[in-house]
Amino acid sequence: MTTTAASSPGGVTGPGVAVELTELTRVYAGGVRALDGLTLHMAPGEFIALLGPSGCGKTTALRCLAGLEDPDSGSVVVGGRDLTHVPTNKRDMGMVFQAYSLFPHMTARQNVEFGLELRKQDKATRAKRAADMLDLVGLSKQADRFAHQMSGGQQQRVALARALAIEPQVLLLDEPLSALDAKVRTQLRDEIRRIQLEVGTTTLFVTHDQEEALAVADRVGVMNAGRLEQLAAPAELYSAPVSEFVADFVGVTNRVRAEVGDDGAHVWGGVVPLLPGSAGRGAAVLLVRPEAVVIEGGEANATVVSSSFLGGHGKVVTTTDDGDRVVVQVSNAEVTAHAPGDRVRLRPRGDRALAVAP
Amino acid sequence: MAELASPAPSPDPGPGAGRPRRRALGRLRPSGALAGLVPFFVYTTIFLIIPTLVVVVGAFLGPDGRPSLGSLAALGQPGFLKALTQSILLSAATAIGGAVVGALLAYAVSTAPKDGLLKRFVTSVCGVLAQFGGVALAFAFMASFGLGGLLVGWAKVVGLDLGSGIWLYQWDKGLMLVYLYFQIPLMLIVFLPAVEGLRPQWREASETLGGTTWTYWRRVAGPILMPPFVGATLLLFTNAFSAYATAAALVSQGSPLVPLQIASTFSSEVILGQENVGKAMAFSMVVVVAIVMALYTWIDKRASRWMQR
Repeated sequence: MTTTAASSPGGVTGPGVAVELTELTRVYAGGVRALDGLTLHMAPGEFIALLGPSGCGKTTALRCLAGLEDPDSGSVVVGGRDLTHVPTNKRDMGMVFQAYSLFPHMTARQNVEFGLELRKQDKATRAKRAADMLDLVGLSKQADRFAHQMSGGQQQRVALARALAIEPQVLLLDEPLSALDAKVRTQLRDEIRRIQLEVGTTTLFVTHDQEEALAVADRVGVMNAGRLEQLAAPAELYSAPVSEFVADFVGVTNRVRAEVGDDGAHVWGGVVPLLPGSAGRGAAVLLVRPEAVVIEGGEANATVVSSSFLGGHGKVVTTTDDGDRVVVQVSNAEVTAHAPGDRVRLRPRGDRALAVAP
Repeated sequence: MAELASPAPSPDPGPGAGRPRRRALGRLRPSGALAGLVPFFVYTTIFLIIPTLVVVVGAFLGPDGRPSLGSLAALGQPGFLKALTQSILLSAATAIGGAVVGALLAYAVSTAPKDGLLKRFVTSVCGVLAQFGGVALAFAFMASFGLGGLLVGWAKVVGLDLGSGIWLYQWDKGLMLVYLYFQIPLMLIVFLPAVEGLRPQWREASETLGGTTWTYWRRVAGPILMPPFVGATLLLFTNAFSAYATAAALVSQGSPLVPLQIASTFSSEVILGQENVGKAMAFSMVVVVAIVMALYTWIDKRASRWMQR
């Protein structure tokens, strides 16, 4: 697979096209603003995940890009061409739905060939392309099966193959893993990323599962009330949230009482450097990640409530003397060292954090 | 029935082979579930199997009760052949007409909000209308379109002439209209679940892959709906083919349909001893319905390759 050098904010290169959603607004009957001036620019070949709670507008954004919904205002530009008012069937986009989108009266192969037939490709070309696509998703042996003869994960792979078979300008994934069980979801998630990197198609992935979004995307956009709260690389999104909403929605966050001064936020006898956008001097609530808190010896300032193994690491839940509930991420070896009722000392590790008004 | 079926022989009877055998024997014992079906079997035996046997056996007996092909030979008479043809034409026309109109209505209803008032109202009304037949329906049409009918009178007031109303009593006009009156609602009720089973994702997938609305109906929705559509149409055919009361109430001159001819063989005071001819006619109806059922089974079998059971 050849790739055209096209840099992106996420550092990805690929043959895909740029996508520009600009000031998209969509208001449903009853005055619900599903999109409220959404602007999202995707670089060619980039994989962006839109993340957010139910009703935040992420699916509406994807459907506006697909042409399945018309925005009330704003524009959709793909590859430099304004598609705002172009019908879905002329947009050249591949889409994978949440579930049950395979045509039940067609085999896996016929499903994959469907879009190619509509493009008037000859039988031999169609057959070869379908075989290649099914091979890409690891389902060559299931080519002659109908949808009801395949598992949920296999059906979604066929749906992915069908979407990619037409060599779309943009690949749209509308919560394609949400109906699958946890193990299959993880496998398919990684496979989607592998395939996307292989074909290099610009991809928009909508999900409410933050782990999914952080694991596969070049950049993750967190949506709230029809707007993008933050669009950043996964590591940046996690370590440097720009708002309380993002900090709360992505990962686990401790809310701790602190005092903001010129040098940062003062908490548990330590100083935490602040992220841009933090509250000014005075009393504040500091949003601290569990791994940014350390349990150490010294004068105790918290009591252990519980401790538990989580597989690769452990978790200790404490209550500070100020009454804040603080979750601390520890190594597995440390878990057994902290029993409920133990007095411990908490200290900030020194990672930058966001302080908000109390 | 599957409960009584013998298990397939195991290809590898190992040390534990005795256990499945005991289980298989256990399956042959009457179970509580089977006992629950007894009323159904009794009902079916009394009202379907025995009458069918009486009809089939009677068709091969003469007026004197002895085996004879004379009753079946009566089926070759022009009067009966004409009635059979007209019955099939009437049933086919009202089945196809009812199926097409009913399917379109079902689609229209399916687009209404799921638990909305409109959908509940239409399906409830259709449930009633589909069962509204016989003398009451015939009277309703006579009172509306017959000689001196209410609508005919109102039409005259506004200067419209709806004719004498004789057409209402003809098998290929009035009877067809009256049959459609219950065929269309029946189609809507039977076909609506199939239409509602169409997933929006199929249309959207078709569109994103480059398909038009026509593509969707021709390549996706059409093939998916075809088996239930054909099945419902055949149901409508048998529904019209076996209808008697409505036709009997509307048509008093001659016997243009097979059910009316059968009735006349049992009730005629002019020609006696025609009961077995009536049974032969009923036998011909059984044959027609059997052909329709065979057709349905064939279509269903083809569809079952991809339909989830």
